[in-house]
Amino acid sequence: MMLDALDRQILRALTANADQSTTRLAQKLGLSQPATWRRIKRLQDAGVIAGRRLDLDAEKVGFGVTVFLGVKLATKGRVSLEDFERAIGAIPEVQTVDHVLGLYDYRLRVVARDLADFERVLRRRIMTMPGVGDVEANVLLSEERRPGPI
Amino acid sequence: MLDDVDRRILRLLQEDPARGVPDMADAIGLTPAKVTRRLDRMREDGVILGSHAVINWVALGYAVSVSLRITLDKTVSRAFDDFLEAARRVSEVIEIQTFLGRVDVRLSLIAKDLPDYQRIYREQVLTLPHIADIEALMTVATVKSDESLPL
Repeated sequence: MMLDALDRQILRALTANADQSTTRLAQKLGLSQPATWRRIKRLQDAGVIAGRRLDLDAEKVGFGVTVFLGVKLATKGRVSLEDFERAIGAIPEVQTVDHVLGLYDYRLRVVARDLADFERVLRRRIMTMPGVGDVEANVLLSEERRPGPI
Repeated sequence: MLDDVDRRILRLLQEDPARGVPDMADAIGLTPAKVTRRLDRMREDGVILGSHAVINWVALGYAVSVSLRITLDKTVSRAFDDFLEAARRVSEVIEIQTFLGRVDVRLSLIAKDLPDYQRIYREQVLTLPHIADIEALMTVATVKSDESLPL
């Protein structure tokens, strides 16, 4: 989908804050409310806006630790990737799963209450999964999301 | 501190941030006024920060997504600051994380196709300051990406 300058402004505004009303957004852009609504609808229909996500302070709801894990499968061919993906994705603490090419086979984002809790998730739930080989853990210190090329 | 009712409200909101108060009140069995009070309190306390729209970059023609794992030259005292400042100026970088571990920084980079990725990598990534080592993981498929917390 091709975007014009107004689409880009709408995307930038909504990726920063999706709580604002269409009326408020329309005012900021100097558009009418129906025109703004139509553009948002078009971006949603084209799949450019894939959804909306709640922003919580993870620490304040009890998740003080986020870890990025690189996972290598030890026994490729003997383990079905679909089974592995289904099982790893079903662990509630595992927030994202990406199948990657490179040093690792999978990249995971895992949350835990603290490091002891992370160790429990890692040892009891992830390392016990069939086929899991080398694992590398990096503990998240800071994170920023950038607007991207829009 | 959050109680079980707060967590139920947060779980519902995580599923759908656009969910209305009356609907949540119904689901939980509370009055809308009570749900509103709890939501206001959690916003005031900074538990709920807001919400954001999620962009599907593939729909905009960015078919390539790469995770760049970078080790910095820590003998330079401003290595982190200089690097992060320069990385923020690369528009194809959509996430920046810093870590405690073998990797210092991770950049999430998107590109239209492989030649585009190669161009960005050579001209804008390899020229970032104080890189000691860099490894790329190319995303083949995203299996799970909801990023919700197990409340």
